[in-house]
Amino acid sequence: MALDVPVGKIYGFLGPNGSGKTTAIRMLCGLLVPTEGTATVLGRRLPGEAEALRHHIGYMTQKFSLYQDLSVIQNLRFIGRIYTIAKPELEIRVDANCARYDLDPLRGQLAGTLSGGQRQRLALAAATLHRPELLLLDEPTSAVDPETRRDFWDSLYELAAEGTTILVSTHFMDEAERCHRLAILDGGRKVADGPPEQLMQDIGYLIIEVETDDPVACRAALAGAEGVFSAAQLGTKIRALVDPTVGRPEDLIVARLKSAGIDGRVQRVDPSLEDVFVAATQ
Amino acid sequence: MRNFLSRTVAIASKEVVQLRRDRLTFGMIIGIPALQLLLFGYAINTDVRHLSAAVADQAGTRRARELVAAVEASQVADVVARVDTAGQLEDLLRQGRISLGIFIPPDFERRLTIGDRPAAQLLVDGTDPVLLGAAQGLLGLRLADELRQPPKRMEPPTFEIRGFYNPERRSQLQIVPGLIGVILTLTMSLFTAVAIVRERERGTLELLITTPVRRSELMIGKIIPYTIIGIVQVSVILILGVALFQVPIRGSLVDLYGASAIFITATLSLGLLISTAARNQFQAMQMTFFFFLPSILLSGFMFPFEGMPLAAQNVAEVLPLTHFVRMVRGIVLRGATLADVSREIWPLAAFFAVTMAASVLRFRKRLD
Repeated sequence: MALDVPVGKIYGFLGPNGSGKTTAIRMLCGLLVPTEGTATVLGRRLPGEAEALRHHIGYMTQKFSLYQDLSVIQNLRFIGRIYTIAKPELEIRVDANCARYDLDPLRGQLAGTLSGGQRQRLALAAATLHRPELLLLDEPTSAVDPETRRDFWDSLYELAAEGTTILVSTHFMDEAERCHRLAILDGGRKVADGPPEQLMQDIGYLIIEVETDDPVACRAALAGAEGVFSAAQLGTKIRALVDPTVGRPEDLIVARLKSAGIDGRVQRVDPSLEDVFVAATQ
Repeated sequence: MRNFLSRTVAIASKEVVQLRRDRLTFGMIIGIPALQLLLFGYAINTDVRHLSAAVADQAGTRRARELVAAVEASQVADVVARVDTAGQLEDLLRQGRISLGIFIPPDFERRLTIGDRPAAQLLVDGTDPVLLGAAQGLLGLRLADELRQPPKRMEPPTFEIRGFYNPERRSQLQIVPGLIGVILTLTMSLFTAVAIVRERERGTLELLITTPVRRSELMIGKIIPYTIIGIVQVSVILILGVALFQVPIRGSLVDLYGASAIFITATLSLGLLISTAARNQFQAMQMTFFFFLPSILLSGFMFPFEGMPLAAQNVAEVLPLTHFVRMVRGIVLRGATLADVSREIWPLAAFFAVTMAASVLRFRKRLD
């Protein structure tokens, strides 16, 4: 897997469960030793120089991994002291991060009693306390609602604007779309990478949407048909990825539906990131 | 009824499957009873023999030598030292080097002839009542030439026993100091045995090991607060022991706390080693118990060390509790100083160093 993560950008790992997102991030943190190959992170070779790297990376685990029986402020102070931030500076940074991530009203509250969104803000506040150059986030928003996710991403954009490089894994399309650059992983391999717009442009399939009264039958009729790469149901619509070499794809679909006796309105649409994901991982 | 059976069997078979996955627990099912049986069957023996003894023979006669030979022939005691005075015997007793002192006074021959009082003295370390019992077996010992004569009436025994340190033979005196060690062994090793496993189980370890924290910093940091807790526990047992059971503290408190601190750190580092080996808290507790069992049985706390076969004694010499029981009885009951019992410090220090080093080396700041 060759990755080139640009400084000060948000780089996404998009992949289905078990595609190696967490494993890749753990290797970049030095938590796992690759069976073969090496990585250079911030100019340091892994796995050999993992310890030297620790001061410069921040890691947010998939599962909340701060101390649930410590308060918000105790957790932050603990992490700060582990990173040997001097006391007056530590207090300044803790106050700053509490304000920045809206933790001020929760300072004395035990981390275990926080909501999903609050925990996530605390985890980010802790992971950025030592001002890492590289922030590794493993499915940071898998446990929070869409609004919290949006706020969280605003924070990530701010961090990136300040020069922090961010590597984030996700299986949410909307989240992946927010990354500056994206790698799609499947079965432990990188199957595509580039900016999301670029990936959508270069998808290599034409997207046909069919609106129909019988989407289940429609999907069955299209799936596996000649020239149709995949067909998936989205509510009352069927979205099909069609090989661009077949000429006029709309005609192909219409003909196919007709022979199956299904009525439907056929329309060509722009590819979405989900289409890219399907095209890359199937 | 069918539903009841079906669901109960489902639970039971799931338990069996889970149990089989947990190799360690499966091993403990065999290991714990086997260990218990071996310890009780082979190692525990209240019929003590080969007590370390010293002789102060101030008579120097043939019959005095015969008496010492008769004591040795009884196999109750092995003479390991010869000194000149009763005071030197007491020193050796206090230092814990001997359990038995044989004092033969200058007027030994005259006493034998007159026969109005015991001719020699047995100085016994009374901190272990079993030793007193064993010494009593020597009371009726007769010299060879006396055996040929018909026993005189009302003849006093050859020896008189002077039980040191616990003349009233109160069992609390024997138990309370050792109990400090037993309680510490269990609580201290449990504290640290779950210390790292718990972080692993709760997921906090994954974050902790991506920080610059060093392995030794993690290990030592885990030990410090529990050392203080251990010292508090020592104080509680001592205060209760003195207040409720009138246990005398004959040595200095500084020495006692010093000995306790060394023992506490050794036990805590054993717990840490367990913690690096266990995969979950349940396993950690089982392993702790696996160490606790031989500690309590072989250390000399419950059963006399001298009664155990050599193999069991060798195992016991490795266990921290063995050395602590000797130190604490020496300091509390015999008024020994830390210097008197310094022989017991080095095995504890070595135990601490080895288990600590092994914990640090075993612990990896990695997840694989």
